[in-house]
Parts: sequence; C-alpha cells; structure tokens
Amino acid sequence: MPTPHNKVVIRLDNVTRVYKVGVERIHALDGINLELRQNEYVAVMGPSGSGKSTLMNLLGCLDRCTSGVYELDGYDTTRLGAGGLAHIRNTRIGFVFQSFELMGRSSALKNVEMPLIYSRDGWWSRHKRARHMLERVGLGDRVKHRPNQLSGGEKQRVAIARALVCNPSILLADEPTGNLDSKTSEDILALFDQLHTEGQTIVLVTHEESVARHAKRVIRMMDGRIFSDLSSEEDQARRAAMAEHFGEVSK
Amino acid sequence: MKAVLGIPLAFLKLFYQSVYLALGQIWANKARSVLTTTGIVIGVASVTSVIAALTGLKANVLSNFESLGTNKIFISPHWPREGRFKNASWRLIRFRPEVFEGLRDRCPSIDDYTLMTERSETVHYGVYDIDSARIYGINPSWHRIENRSVIMGRPFTLMDEENGWQVCLITPKVRDELRMDRNCIGKRIVVGQRSFTIVGVVEQRVESSMFGGMGSSQEVFIPFPTAWKLWGPWTWMYAIASCRKPELSAEAQAELRFFLRRARRLGPGDPDTFRLEVIEEYLRQFNTVAQTTTAIAGGVVGISLLVGGIGIMNIMLVSVSERTREIGLRKAVGARPSAILFQFLVESVVLCLFGGLIGAGFGQALTGLIAKIPNASLDKAYIPLWALGLSFGFAAATGVFFGMFPAIKAARLDPIEALRHE
Ligand SMILES: Nc1ncnc2c1ncn2[C@@H]1O[C@H](COP(=O)(O)OP(=O)(O)OP(=O)(O)O)[C@@H](O)[C@H]1O
Ligand SMILES: [Mg+2]
Repeated sequence: MPTPHNKVVIRLDNVTRVYKVGVERIHALDGINLELRQNEYVAVMGPSGSGKSTLMNLLGCLDRCTSGVYELDGYDTTRLGAGGLAHIRNTRIGFVFQSFELMGRSSALKNVEMPLIYSRDGWWSRHKRARHMLERVGLGDRVKHRPNQLSGGEKQRVAIARALVCNPSILLADEPTGNLDSKTSEDILALFDQLHTEGQTIVLVTHEESVARHAKRVIRMMDGRIFSDLSSEEDQARRAAMAEHFGEVSK
Repeated sequence: MKAVLGIPLAFLKLFYQSVYLALGQIWANKARSVLTTTGIVIGVASVTSVIAALTGLKANVLSNFESLGTNKIFISPHWPREGRFKNASWRLIRFRPEVFEGLRDRCPSIDDYTLMTERSETVHYGVYDIDSARIYGINPSWHRIENRSVIMGRPFTLMDEENGWQVCLITPKVRDELRMDRNCIGKRIVVGQRSFTIVGVVEQRVESSMFGGMGSSQEVFIPFPTAWKLWGPWTWMYAIASCRKPELSAEAQAELRFFLRRARRLGPGDPDTFRLEVIEEYLRQFNTVAQTTTAIAGGVVGISLLVGGIGIMNIMLVSVSERTREIGLRKAVGARPSAILFQFLVESVVLCLFGGLIGAGFGQALTGLIAKIPNASLDKAYIPLWALGLSFGFAAATGVFFGMFPAIKAARLDPIEALRHE
C-alpha cells in the first residue's frame, strides 16, 4: 500500500528502452512512469515479451534506459558510469534470478559472501554477515553445502540470502519461482512475505496469479507500457469483474 | 553516493580482492594451471641456468687471470698484416736479447722484465725420465714477475747468467716424478742430452683448471743466456714485463711500443712487428663473448617467454569465456569493471609468477648439474640474485602483457548478456 509518509525508493519518469536489431527498433519499454515507496511489495505481471525483464534489469541498474529519468533513493542514476552503477548494485540492490545463478564450485556460505568481496567488509565480518543471512532464510544448517547438494528451493534461498547480504534498499526478483514446483514456490513466497513484514521493499515478476496474490500491489504490463497499477485487492476485484464480463460476452 | 574511500586504500582493497579470487581460481584448476605455465617454466629455467653458467665461467676466468697477474705485459714478435714487413723473413721479425737492452731506463713505468724462451725436452734422472717436460729459459726477475719464488735452494745468480752455467731450477712435481729425495739440491739431471745441476726448487704453478692445459706443471728452468747459447739464436724468444701499478698498464704499453719501434728501427708508416698483450685485454675479450652469449640466451628466453605468454593468453581467454556467466553474476552483485579486470590480470600474473617459481627451481637443479660437468670449469656456477629478480620481473611482465587482452575482454562484458550466456 503506498503510504504517503514512506520514503520514495524508486521513481521512473517517462522511461523508455529501445533495442536495435538490424534496422528494426524494438520498444521494450515505452514510456514508463512509476513510483515505489519503502516497504512496498509489488508484483509485475504481463504476457511474455511485454518488457517485465527489461524493466527489472533497468531497476537493478544492470541496464540503462534509452531516455527518461531513473531515481533510486533520490539519486539520479542515469548519468552514472559503469563503476558507479556497479557500486549501486553492490550496496542498494539485491537481485534474485529465475535460474538461481549460484557458483557451482563454492559452498552456500561462499556464494552468499560473494557480494561482500566487492564491498568494504573484511574477511571476518563477511563471514559473520553471510552466516547470519543464511540463518535468516532458514539454511543455518546448510552453510557448507555446495549448490549441487541443495534442493531447488534451498538454492533459491541461498540466492535470496546473497541478494540480501548487502542490506539493499530494494529486492528485485525476476520470476523467482519459475523453476520451482508449487509447494516449494509457496515456501519461497512465505519467505518473501516474512521479509516484507520485516520491512524489505520487494519487486517480483511472475506469470502466476497465485504468486501475485502475495504482493500488496500489482502492476500489469503490455507492449512495454503499464496498463494497470492497483492494490492487490482492487486488482482481484477488477479481474473478477473482467472474468464475469468476458464470461457474459462469451455466452 | 560514491564511496568515500581514499584512492590508495581502494587500490589496496582491489588488489587484495583480486589476489584472493585469483588464487582461488588457480587452486580450483590446479592441473590446467601447471600445464599452462610450461612455457614460462622453460623460459625462466633456461635464463637462470644460462646466466648461472656464464657467472660461473666468469668467476673462474677472473680468478685464473688474477692468479696470472694483471700487471703483466707479454711482448712477442709478430708479423704485421700489411706494410713492408708483411712477408719479411723470420730473421727480421724475431727477437734477440740485444733488442731489450736499455729497456729499464727508457720505460719508467716498467718495473722489471724477463726474457723468455721455452721448448719441450725429455728429462732423465737415473732410470727415471719425464717425456716432455717444459724447459724455460728465464732471467732471475722472473720469480718476482710470475710471483713464484724459490722454496728450496737458491735462484739464479749473475754468475750463472754471465758464465752460461748449466744449472737449473725444478718444480716439486718434477722432483717427485723423477723419484728424487726431497732435498735434491746439487743432484744432476739430464735435459735433452745435457747435464744440469739442480740449484733450487720453484713453487708449483697455481693450478688453474682453465689454463691448466697451457703448460704442464712439469717445469724445468734454466738461465736465459744458457738456453740462448745452447738452443741457438734461431730460437723463438719473447719477454714478459711488469708495470709498477696496474693503473700504469696503458702508459707502460705506450713506452714499450715507443722503445721497441726505435730499437727495431721502424719508420713512421710501418706497423708494429711485435705484439703487446695484457691479461686485461683477454678479460675484455672474454666479457664481449660473455655479453654476446647472454644476448643470444636472452633472445632464446624471449622467444620461450613469448610462447609461454601466448599459452597464458590462450588459457585466460578460455577461462574468460567459460566463466562468462560467473563474470556476469559478479558484475550483477556489484563488481566494478576494474575489479574484474584486476582479477583476471592478477590471475595471469600469479600464473606466470608461479611458472617462474617452478622455472627457478628447475634452473637451480640445472645449475647444480652444470656445475658438476667435468673439465668445463663451471664449478662456480650459481644463479645471481639479479637474474632471479630479472626472470621474475619478465614473467610478471609476460603475465600483464598477455593477460591484458583477456582481462579487458572480461571487464567489458555486459552483465545481462553475460548472464544470458550458454
Ligand atoms: N537484448 C535484446 N535485444 C533485442 N531485443 C530484446 C533484447 N532483450 C529483450 N528484447 C525484446 O524486448 C522485449 C521485452 O523483453 P523482456 O525480456 O523484457 O520480456 P519479458 O516480459 O520478460 O518476457 P518473459 O515473460 O517471456 O520473460 C521482447 O520483445 C524482446 O524480444
Ligand atoms: Mg522475462
């Protein structure tokens, strides 16, 4: 729920992202305006190719917009160089990927420690923080395991711990349950819910309504534009109404 | 928003990160790392052992030259390459003792000189004989110039010289081979059908492995006038002069040259009909040879380092492409391009230094083997510290040079595309 007294974390102002493939220009994002406040829990939905991943990459400072302004925590990121963006990714953003992206040869602990290598932490504080984070996601007894010794859900928990270890302003997750079965998905979503109650700002991309139902705000995209941005309850109501409407039409 | 870190501190951190990551990576690919560095290993092993061998050779040569004396000037007859004496008869070129008369007065930088002549003869004593002993005709000043004194009996006297007496000095080696008593003074030996009385024993020549072949240690010395009288005036003779101080060598040579040209009545356009040789001259020549050898060895080493470097570059490129996803991930969680660049550079440098370390080990082993080669006068071979420093420096430079391209490639990867790789 956007509560006015909460600090603005993300502000997108008429953001576009245009890919050039040969002579063709693909408008993956086509004029996005968006404001996210602290401790929001947002689900981004939309058909395949609607620009969800492009938006997430942009929010995660992995990519730059073609035009428009992206402010994170009140700072304009559009003019930063590669090094500056890397620093933001390190300190303010936690990214969770659909395919986990863990380093196969390293233990869970080493995987979680990895972002801290690029921050100011020394060896010991790195170790402590990574271990603490693994305990928070419920893997306190799996620190020495390597990714191939973990289940899918556990792998994603390690990835979430890694995303959170630098204490980011925002947690971005692009289809975090896309590679998981429904039971494991529920566990991961429960973890997200818990993180949200602990104050974490979360944006996740999903195709499934059941996943989106966990969020407090639902953004629906189509052809690089946002066509609906409602609270979870309103979104549910709208969907129900639409279903009814289309049901009538089809009859 | 930017980190408020001092630049040196940030650099130190970056360096520490990179070494940490690079060592981990090398450890994870142990076998591959070892194989990759073979070129560097061979390069460093060869450079260190070649330098070790040269160092040993030089040490040996130096000590030999020192034992021979560095303030000696050898004066010998010599056919010039051109001019009117080019095809002159031996009669005009050879030395005669008279040539040197007045040398001491005319050449103030010369301390002393001795006339010399030598040949091989059979020496008999009773039933014992030495097949080819070296017989030298010398002046008494020889002892001081050669720094070999009489350890028993007496040196030659003016009387011996003026009367052309058949007296001789022998070395302990000759005495022992002829099975004589320790005190052999007064005994008579036969040198080439003529009987000589032993008046003294001369110190053995300083054994030098390098010039050991230049003269055997079976030496018999007779007064120069005696030799001249017995062997006839056609005998080849030369002289050895010593200058007062080693620094005066050039001056002494100039004086000698002036003196000899006058004595031989050479015109202003005539080239010298004699040769002045100084030990230092040989030393200089040796140094030139050593430098050339070092340069050639350096070239060979350069090539092997080049090959090694290409091997390193190849493996680093492989490493970058097979770790594309990992690089993407590292960038996604906040690794700056400089951190990635540094990680790969350090990895390649550490690989090269690791190769250098193994190479230095092999070089040391090779040096040990070289030092044991018999009759090669390389027993003093060792790897000097500067050579180790140099080869490690070159190995590191190879790592930087050949690691740069793969490292830049890795640093420039786009995180999204890298994560989409495979
Ligand atoms: N690197 C690229 N080069 C060119 N076009 C691209 C590139 N990345 C994405 N696109 C295009 O941009 C559009 C949006 O892609 P995006 O990956 O954001 O979709 P998505 O909503 O995440 O889809 P999905 O639900 O299938 O993951 C697509 O039409 C895609 O073809
Ligand atoms: Mg997507």
